[in-house]
Amino acid sequence: MQFLGRRKKLIGNFQNDLYDQCLQFYGQPPLENISLTEFETFAVERLKLLKTVENVGVSCGKSSEQYTKKLDAEISSLNFPHRGGISEYEKRRKDHISHFILRLAYCQTEDLRRWFIQQEMDLFRYRFNCLHSKHKTDFLHKNNLKYETVSAEEKKNLKDKLIASSYGLSGTKVEEHDVYKVPFQDALDLVRTRKVYLLAGNAYIPHHEIVTIVLNDFRTRLSKALAMTARSLPAVQSDERLQPLLSHLSHAYVGQDYSIQKNIGKISLEQIDALSGKSFPLCMRHLHKALRENHHLRHGGRMQYGLFLKGIGLTLEQALQFWRSEFVKGKVDADKFDKAYAYSVRHMFGKEGKRTDYTPYSCMKVILSNPPSQGDYHGCPFRHSDPELLKQKLQNYKVSPSGINQILELVKGMHYQLACQKYFELTHNVEDAGFSLNHPNQYFTESQKLLNGGRDIKKEVDMSQRSQENPASLWSLKMELDRQGISAK
Amino acid sequence: MPTSDYDPACLPDLLPLYYRRLFPFSQYYRWLSYGGVSKNYFQNREFSFTLKDDIYVRYQSFTTQNELEKEMQKMVPYKVDIGAVYSHRPSQHNAVKSGAFQALEKELVFDIDMTDYDDVRRCCSAADICSKCWTLMIIAIRILDRALREDFGFHHLLWVYSGRRGVHCWVCDDAARKLSVAARSAVAEYLSLVKGGEETLRKVVLSDPIHPFINHSLSVVERYFQQYAIVDQDILGSKESVDKVLTTHIKKDLTIYYQDEKNPMKRWDRLCSSIKKGGQYFDKEIMLQYCYPRLDVNVSKGVNHLLKSPFSVHPKTGRISVPIDLKELNTFDPFEVPTISLICEELERPTADEAEEDDVKDKENEQEAGERRRIRDYKRTSLAKYVKVFDRFLEAMARSWKGEMLKKSGELETSFSVFLTFMSFTYT
Repeated sequence: MQFLGRRKKLIGNFQNDLYDQCLQFYGQPPLENISLTEFETFAVERLKLLKTVENVGVSCGKSSEQYTKKLDAEISSLNFPHRGGISEYEKRRKDHISHFILRLAYCQTEDLRRWFIQQEMDLFRYRFNCLHSKHKTDFLHKNNLKYETVSAEEKKNLKDKLIASSYGLSGTKVEEHDVYKVPFQDALDLVRTRKVYLLAGNAYIPHHEIVTIVLNDFRTRLSKALAMTARSLPAVQSDERLQPLLSHLSHAYVGQDYSIQKNIGKISLEQIDALSGKSFPLCMRHLHKALRENHHLRHGGRMQYGLFLKGIGLTLEQALQFWRSEFVKGKVDADKFDKAYAYSVRHMFGKEGKRTDYTPYSCMKVILSNPPSQGDYHGCPFRHSDPELLKQKLQNYKVSPSGINQILELVKGMHYQLACQKYFELTHNVEDAGFSLNHPNQYFTESQKLLNGGRDIKKEVDMSQRSQENPASLWSLKMELDRQGISAK
Repeated sequence: MPTSDYDPACLPDLLPLYYRRLFPFSQYYRWLSYGGVSKNYFQNREFSFTLKDDIYVRYQSFTTQNELEKEMQKMVPYKVDIGAVYSHRPSQHNAVKSGAFQALEKELVFDIDMTDYDDVRRCCSAADICSKCWTLMIIAIRILDRALREDFGFHHLLWVYSGRRGVHCWVCDDAARKLSVAARSAVAEYLSLVKGGEETLRKVVLSDPIHPFINHSLSVVERYFQQYAIVDQDILGSKESVDKVLTTHIKKDLTIYYQDEKNPMKRWDRLCSSIKKGGQYFDKEIMLQYCYPRLDVNVSKGVNHLLKSPFSVHPKTGRISVPIDLKELNTFDPFEVPTISLICEELERPTADEAEEDDVKDKENEQEAGERRRIRDYKRTSLAKYVKVFDRFLEAMARSWKGEMLKKSGELETSFSVFLTFMSFTYT
């Protein structure tokens, strides 16, 4: 085959060529041999980095100063390539290899793939935006990315519209720099937020926003690559040195998802009203109240609240009784409930359709997906409520004025989960919640623990159990990730 | 009012007649086949039926127009929904290996429901509508139609009255049908300006720079705002309503002025002029909050989402879901839309032409005769003009199908000639 000779030549120059750029598209897999230790270390450290990318992305805005500071710090401390420093060869090699290892771990299911692609994209976007403009253009050339540019005349005609559609775009910039024209499907992030000019199905993207198109390319390539990797995975998994590591890597990020209820049937329906005031996070308390008042909840609310109830231990029978008794007080008669809504409750418990046992929504999911519209009561009150209304509600729930101010400050800083944690601390009268909130059911469990005593003992039992299950290095990874959760404050 | 009194209890008698003699099956089939450009497009389409007693059946699919007709006439669905085109025939989805049965394509759809405006309309609430709040639908249609055509480059849009309290839009372009979930949700979010639920008071927030899309939308809203909001809805009339408008942006000095000035138009003028001082887009935000279309992103997002079919009957009102002619949008009256009872009654009325047509009847075979009869039938009823709108929509699309077919056969030719060249090269 004529390729062999070329390849041999490549390997010699390979390293120099491949790692002469700070940022890469991960088009070529690494060709060298590495030790198992390096394999594991690289993978674990990249996973820590991606986890930080996720946490910091939720708790700060992606373009905020805090985001930059925190990511910079993490990238440095984990020894990943950082803003094109001089002796970056080792770091770039690690970046390259660790990415491909994680591909192996995260290609298997739709969820894992989605998570991996999302974090890798955020990381890429961050690093691309850190590049100097010249380096950005270099990157495009090096990776053969050619995008259609708009003619000078068209630019002139559309100048005002372009300026009005893109933040930070001036008349001079339009004249001097390229404006790219791509089908709107290739610039969805800009379309979604309406940060681009659209005409006849094309998005007109100024040069300084080119990262969006590049990202789109990145996502497409990575998505295809993951699909291919999944197909060749069985061969990799048969290597018994790698199999346990890969499987632990893909489970490590998930954490507690409350899909297996520990307290099934321990809650009675009569307790729910009282519990909603004492141990429900604000979002669920809000949903419960709306349900009691209106005898109805729309789909988004039913899903968020229904799954939460499943997570705290309600059985299917209890759930059916709960929803039915409430809906029947409203406009829905028993028959209609059985025909229309009962199916949906059974669906939540995995008894219908695909038989997926749906997991209760995490805070991340509640905050980021499916924002509420008119007539909805779901979502995260710290994220989706008008601050004035939030304040009133907290006042009604007898939260102290200083406490309310603290919460509102956190909300202003977009630290929604921290605001909820503060709400926990204020309503339970403790200085420190003692946990890092990322799930409504976690809020409930922690609250119950606190109110029923015996919190510290439980934590010790958990820790010793955990160390028995996992090999040493991954045990330390779990510890790291938990600690990271706390340090994301 | 040319509407026969509709009684839901009559549906079991009227529906069979409707499906036998009035439902425009041939146009419907023509639409969903999309010119036969893609193989099995119609065969792999999911339909769902809601039958008597709220029995709901999914994954219905049909191989021919005839089969569709026979099944609908047999099952007599109260509601018909259209879903996605799948990788396999939906009726056989259980035989397919799990994971292999996928929704591949579907029209991009939008659902505008009047209940989503309950916080900003005073004339009606919930399922009720009236001529005053109907203006909201007109505004919605104008804004979305322009944006989908001019910004997104789509051409083939079918707007349909849902039969009770809203409108649907079916974007049928090839590119639209192939959109991914992410793309659909991006389009829906681009088109969304009113955000927030019960807990949000200020639902529209504008800041510089104002995107051209928002300016276009504002110019539509401005055309209707004074008559619709200030006069018809009287939003600056009563104290309660004024409070609601003003709490979106607390303006103490306006409240004082309003104590003396009762004329709503003057109140609005005062509000607009007070903007110059600050809170730049207060007036525009109010206009948008009260009038801008509210769409349910979840309906548009899913490739497999089922939506009520055009020409379906609304069981509660009896009205047929008819296409809306945008050229006549200003005069469209939802209360003039024919009900199933009306058109069934119109069917029974004898007409002059019937005697002549009887001679021609003998020469045709049964199916043709049935079709001709049906074509003749709906033409005698108030349904006729709406089917014409649908026909025009199909004509426009048909021209694009022809282009697609030519392109495809061209591609076939090209690849064949490459193959020949290759073969000849190998043998040299």
